[in-house]
Amino acid sequence: MNAQLQPTGSAYFIAKETEKPETHTLSVLVDNEPGVLARVIGLFSGRGYNIESLTVSETEHEKHLSRITIVTRGTPHVLEQIKHQLERIVPVHRVVDLTVTAQELGTGGALERELALVKVSGTGDARVEALRLADAFRAKVIDANTEHFIFELTGKVSKIEQFIAIMKPLGLVEVCRTGVAAMNRGPQGM
Amino acid sequence: MTGAEMVVQALKDNGVKHLFGYPGGAVLPIYDELFQQDDVQHILVRHEQGAGHAAEGYARSTGKAGVMLVTSGPGATNAVTPLQDALMDSIPLVCITGQVPTSLIGSDAFQECDTVGITRPCTKHNWLVKDVNELARILHEAFHVATTGRPGPVVVDIPKDVQFARGTYTPPQTAPRTSYQPKVQGDLEKVKEAVALMATAKRPIIYSGGGVVNSGAEASHLLRELVDLTGFPITSTLMGLGAYPASGKNWLGMLGMHGSYEANMAMHDCDVMVCIGARFDDRITGRLNAFSPNSKKIHIDIDPSSINKNVRADVPILGDVGRVLEDMVRLWRATAKADKKTLYPWWEQIAKWRARDSYAYKHNSDVIMPQYAIQRLYENTKHLDTYITTEVGQHQMWAAQHYGFEKPNRWMTSGGLGTMGYGLPAALGVQIAHPESLVIDIAGDASVQMCIQEMSAALQYNAPIKVFILNNSYMGMVRQWQQLLHGNRLSHSYTEAMPDFVKLAEAYGGHGIRCDKPDELDDAIKEMISVKKAVIFDCRVATLANCFPMIPSGKAHNEMLLPDEATDEAVANAIDAKGRELV
Repeated sequence: MNAQLQPTGSAYFIAKETEKPETHTLSVLVDNEPGVLARVIGLFSGRGYNIESLTVSETEHEKHLSRITIVTRGTPHVLEQIKHQLERIVPVHRVVDLTVTAQELGTGGALERELALVKVSGTGDARVEALRLADAFRAKVIDANTEHFIFELTGKVSKIEQFIAIMKPLGLVEVCRTGVAAMNRGPQGM
Repeated sequence: MTGAEMVVQALKDNGVKHLFGYPGGAVLPIYDELFQQDDVQHILVRHEQGAGHAAEGYARSTGKAGVMLVTSGPGATNAVTPLQDALMDSIPLVCITGQVPTSLIGSDAFQECDTVGITRPCTKHNWLVKDVNELARILHEAFHVATTGRPGPVVVDIPKDVQFARGTYTPPQTAPRTSYQPKVQGDLEKVKEAVALMATAKRPIIYSGGGVVNSGAEASHLLRELVDLTGFPITSTLMGLGAYPASGKNWLGMLGMHGSYEANMAMHDCDVMVCIGARFDDRITGRLNAFSPNSKKIHIDIDPSSINKNVRADVPILGDVGRVLEDMVRLWRATAKADKKTLYPWWEQIAKWRARDSYAYKHNSDVIMPQYAIQRLYENTKHLDTYITTEVGQHQMWAAQHYGFEKPNRWMTSGGLGTMGYGLPAALGVQIAHPESLVIDIAGDASVQMCIQEMSAALQYNAPIKVFILNNSYMGMVRQWQQLLHGNRLSHSYTEAMPDFVKLAEAYGGHGIRCDKPDELDDAIKEMISVKKAVIFDCRVATLANCFPMIPSGKAHNEMLLPDEATDEAVANAIDAKGRELV
């Protein structure tokens, strides 16, 4: 499957990846029971997979179902393994690779949004500039006094990254982000 | 009903006749209930690891779930090795652990450990029961999860206060949870595609594994039928031995690192490979990019994550091996009219490989060659109702090579995890399940000492297990690798102080036999069989014999090191100097 390096003095082989890694977003529907998140995260750490972003919350209260959104990076072969390994976990109902589904639907990519809280402190021109830029990014001011703002911003990951980068020289104090929430376009559910 | 009563009731309702365990503070209420009934027999081991391997042996030889019961803290941590062993080899194992009372969880109480946290990666699923009214449902679900789909180990952790608490008992349900629905029926279109591909094959091979054994007796029967119908040659993994009889005319022997030359060469040169319930483990494939380069691969497995994991399947079939084989056999009868004559050139080629006689070894009339010991053991026991377990190492490979298995569920070995110390307690478990049968642990002198304390349990329950030690005073497989990889520097692989195994057997109340002469071996083996109690047989074998044939590290199936070529020099140079950092 993957080309191998020259034989090592070992029964194990170091695979040289010929496939390029891709970033995919997975939606995982699970029973909301104790330890379920630990099972999912433990699978990723135990098998050496990456987690770039993780979001989890109960989405169907009466059925006690939670939806976990994971942004991960790997070769197509590894991504397929991740999906199948997740499906093996007993409380996991469904795993959907939103990126693959979006490709099949021809919509480019899944809809992905993140929320960030951004605290900026400063006075004078920097403070005015921060407020002006926040307005341009459609960030809401949710707390302020004469020396700081806390902005609430939603949008794509790239927009949030850009906003944080711009705020850095204007007195950025701290950032809190939710991680990505995602679903696919169109009338169908996951 | 109290929680403790529910545990015993759930065991009965799930058909449990025996369980293996060790008492302790956090499981005393359950032990109190066990004391007051006769339906479930408890086997007291000497170490929790022994309980786990005994339950594995029980499960592997019966096809039912093995059950173990241990206390909190060290009881649970000692169970980790058998749990991982069962996970790797897909053995249904239900482990019930005691836990400190719920109010003390997290307080670093005496004999507390995070059992569900520790066992999460080494179980198929686990539960901490905090409400006695959930206990019955969870126990039934545990048996369901352990025994269905790809079987595996589960842990139910029960705090002591839940064992005392009173609640409502509920009987088992058929489909306890919606998120767990293993797919057992294979996609018929895929099976058709596979059959069509098999019908065109000129150099086919069937490569079967432990999944056939796990699927049940019917699957082995169907496998034999498929081989007869198609006329295909068949090889098997270590875990799959016995599913197809070793005396069958299409049998090539085991494949992989210490498999037969004909099996590995046929795997390398085949044009259609039918993988049935096996998972392309690294000990099977050799160097991956040189693995069977010119074949189309059909892969039948119940676990979707096994398909395309190491080797890309051209025709993947997800489902239970038994069900898929049923469809495959039916479709082959109905559609494929392949002429077996088209396989003649392939069989001629296989006959040439077979003529290399890759399991050959130099006979010796003064010392017992280990291969000879296994052959004599086989010849003296093949007509009997025999079950074989092993430890891990050279003796395990020699047993796999030289002992012929005719039926499934007769061969218990630690394949995936390679757990030294598995064989003796596993033999105890097998003997408990089959009290009238002959149960032999083919052991090495190093491995057997890892769980030798279970001799005491064997004596307590009149389990006449036979521990047949190939004693060469070395950790033979470690030494073999040191010879191959590390310039013959035998670092700590020689056991300078060895117990007197005969006296040891007698100290436990068993029977000890020693043999070091080839011409006395048969009589000694007959004596071992005739003794009606546990026996340790100290078979002194040639100390420096190595296990061949072998696929040296980093080599492909067609680059095997054969016994007649394995001179000291060839062994020393079999693996190039590059990259010795692994293993």
